[in-house]
Amino acid sequence: MNQPSSPQTPARPAGPGPATAFHPWDDPDAVPLIRFRGVTKRFGDFTAIDAVDLDIYPREFFALLGPSGCGKTTLMRMLAGFESPSVGAITLEGRDIVHVPPHKRAVNMMFQSYALFPHLTVEQNIAFGLKRSGMEKDAIEARVAEMLRMVQLQKFAARKPHQISGGQRQRVALARALAKAPKLLLLDEPLGALDKKLRQQTQFELVDIQERTGTTFVIVTHDQEEAMTVASRIAVMNEGKIAQVDTPGRIYESPASVYVADFVGDVNLIEGNARPVGQGMAEIRWREGVPAIRGQAAEPLVEGERATLAIRPEKIAISRERPEGRNNVVQGRVHDIAYLGNISTYHVRLPDGVIVQAQVANQRRIARRDFTWEDEVWLSWSDTAGVVLMR
Amino acid sequence: MSRFTWFNATSLTFGFAFLYLPMVILIVYSFNESRLVTVWAGFSTRWYGELFRNEQFLDAAWVTLRVAFFSATFATVLGTMAAYVLVRGGRFFGRTLFSGMIYAPLVMPEVITGLSLLLLFISINLDRGIVTIILAHTTFCMAYVAVVVSSRLVSFDRSVEEAALDLGATPFDAFRSVTLPIIMPAVVSGWLLGFTLSLDDLVIASFTAGPAATTLPIQIFSSVRLGVSPEINALSTILIGIVALGVVTASLISKRNLVRQARDARRAIQAGAEEGREARAT
Repeated sequence: MNQPSSPQTPARPAGPGPATAFHPWDDPDAVPLIRFRGVTKRFGDFTAIDAVDLDIYPREFFALLGPSGCGKTTLMRMLAGFESPSVGAITLEGRDIVHVPPHKRAVNMMFQSYALFPHLTVEQNIAFGLKRSGMEKDAIEARVAEMLRMVQLQKFAARKPHQISGGQRQRVALARALAKAPKLLLLDEPLGALDKKLRQQTQFELVDIQERTGTTFVIVTHDQEEAMTVASRIAVMNEGKIAQVDTPGRIYESPASVYVADFVGDVNLIEGNARPVGQGMAEIRWREGVPAIRGQAAEPLVEGERATLAIRPEKIAISRERPEGRNNVVQGRVHDIAYLGNISTYHVRLPDGVIVQAQVANQRRIARRDFTWEDEVWLSWSDTAGVVLMR
Repeated sequence: MSRFTWFNATSLTFGFAFLYLPMVILIVYSFNESRLVTVWAGFSTRWYGELFRNEQFLDAAWVTLRVAFFSATFATVLGTMAAYVLVRGGRFFGRTLFSGMIYAPLVMPEVITGLSLLLLFISINLDRGIVTIILAHTTFCMAYVAVVVSSRLVSFDRSVEEAALDLGATPFDAFRSVTLPIIMPAVVSGWLLGFTLSLDDLVIASFTAGPAATTLPIQIFSSVRLGVSPEINALSTILIGIVALGVVTASLISKRNLVRQARDARRAIQAGAEEGREARAT
C-alpha cells in the first residue's frame, strides 16, 4: 500500500516538467519560502548541524528524514525559533528570521507529544493562538468551528484533552497549529504515537489537508515509509549533514551515496574496483574468476577506484537455469526464505559467503514454491537496475 | 494480611496508642471542670468560655493567622519565581550554587536562622514586631515552596510552554495562561505548607518577635512555663480539630480527583470507540 515507488513521484531526470506537475525545485525562477545558508549549530563540543544549505519552496510537503541524533529535530526547532544557529542564516520569504522570537514568527508547530493545554477544552486549545493575534471574537468562533469541522471533532469541542482518544488529540494538535493559517507548518514526528493502521490513514489525511490549505509543511520523521507517503521532497540527514535532497522516487531509485541507499529501503551492496564502460555505465570487479557486474554510475568515476553497486532486492530475478543475454549474473544457494505474505525474500549465499537478497511478489494465492532451502539458483538483473556509488 | 491475628491487633493497638494517647488525654482534660489539670471533676465547657475571654490568647491567635497568611503568600510568590528561574532559566553562571543555596534553609538549624535574622534586624534598626516575623517566616517558607514547585516544573512537559510561545503568546503570557494553571496544584500546596510551617513555628518567631506582637506558639509556650492551665488544653483541642478537618478535606478532595480521572479515562476510550463506529457506519 505504501510502496516506495508511489505514482506521484516518478523517477525522472531533472529539468522543467509538464505545467501541471508540482516541482518548483526544478524551476530556476521559483523563489524558496525558506533558505538555510551555511547553518551550523553546536552544543558545546557537539556539532548538531554542520554547514547546511537547504531551500524549501512554497506549498511543499518537505520531509526531514534520518536516524535519531542526526540533527533533523534541531533543524526544525531552528525554524520554530526555539534554537538559533551558531553560524549561518535562515530566511523566511527573504527575511532573516534568526533573531525573531518564536511568538513573532508566522510559523506554527505540531509537537511530537501534541503539547495540548490540559486545562483548556478542545475549543479553547484551538482558539489559543487566534486570541493572541488580535482577531475579533466572532471571527475567532467562526475559525474554530471551521477547524473543528476540518478535523471532524465538532462533537468533542467542549471536552478536555484527557477526555478524548489519542487519535483525536493528534487532530486537535493539528487543528490548533493550522488555525492561524501559518506560512509554514512544522510537524515533529506527528504520527509516532498512533498505531500502524491509524498512522497510515492519517498520513493520507495529512496530505489531503496540506493540499486543501496550500500551507507549506515540513515534517520530521525517522520512518522512511511515512516520508515516502507524504512528502514532495525528502532531505535524508546523517550526523548533522544533509546526505541528499530529492523526490521520494529519486531518493529510492537514484541514491547519491551508500548511506542513503542503505537507510531508505532494503538494498544489496557489492563492493569492488570500478571501471567506466561508457554512456554513464560502470562495471565492478568484485571477485576473482567471476564476470564483472554492471550498473549506472551515480557520478563520473576513474578506473580502479573502489565503488559499491547498490541493487534493490525486488529488481533481482531468481531462476533455476542460467538466464541468457544478461551481464549481471551470479550463482548461489538458497540460505533462507522470509515469507511476508505479499512478497517472499530469498537470501542467497554466494560461494564466498556474501548474502544477496532477491524479492519475489507472491502473485498467486496457492502456488508451489519454485525454490526451497539449499537449492542452487541463479540471480540476475538488468544493467540499469543497480547504481554504482562512490561514497 | 487481611486476617485477624492477636499479633496484628496488639501491634495496632500499641502503635496507635503511642501516637494518639497523649492527644486523647489532652482533649478529655480540656472538658474538665477542675482548675487542676490532672484531677477529673466532671464534664464542662467552662475553659472554652474562659479562652474566648482571654484577650492575650485571642490577640496572639490573630497575629499568628496574619503572619501565616502574609508570609505564606510572599513565600509562594518568591518561591515560585525562584523555582521557575532555576528549572527553566537554562544554564547561567552560578546556577548550581544558587539551586544549592535555595535549599539550604531546609537543613539550617532554626536557632541559627532565627539568631542571624535577629542580628540583621538589630543592625538595620528594624523594630521587632509582626513585620519582622513575617519577613523571617517568608525566608524559610520560600525554600519549601521552591522545592515543591520546582519538582512539579521538572516533571512537566516543556513543549506545552513552547506550544504557547509558538502560538503567539509572549513569554509572560505563556507563563500566566499555561504554566501557572498547570503548576497551580503545586503552588497551592506550597502555600498551604508555608501557612502550616508558619503557624507551627516557635523558634524563629521567638527570636524575631517583639513586645508589640506575640504569636500563639510563643504565648502557649510561655504560659505553660508558669504551669499548664486548662485553657491551654481547650486551645490545643481546637487546633487539633482544625488540623483534623484540614486532613479530612484534603483526602476527600484527592479521592474525588481519582474518581474524576477514572471517569475521564473512560470517556476518552468511549470517544475513540464512538468515532470508530461512526466511521464504519458511513
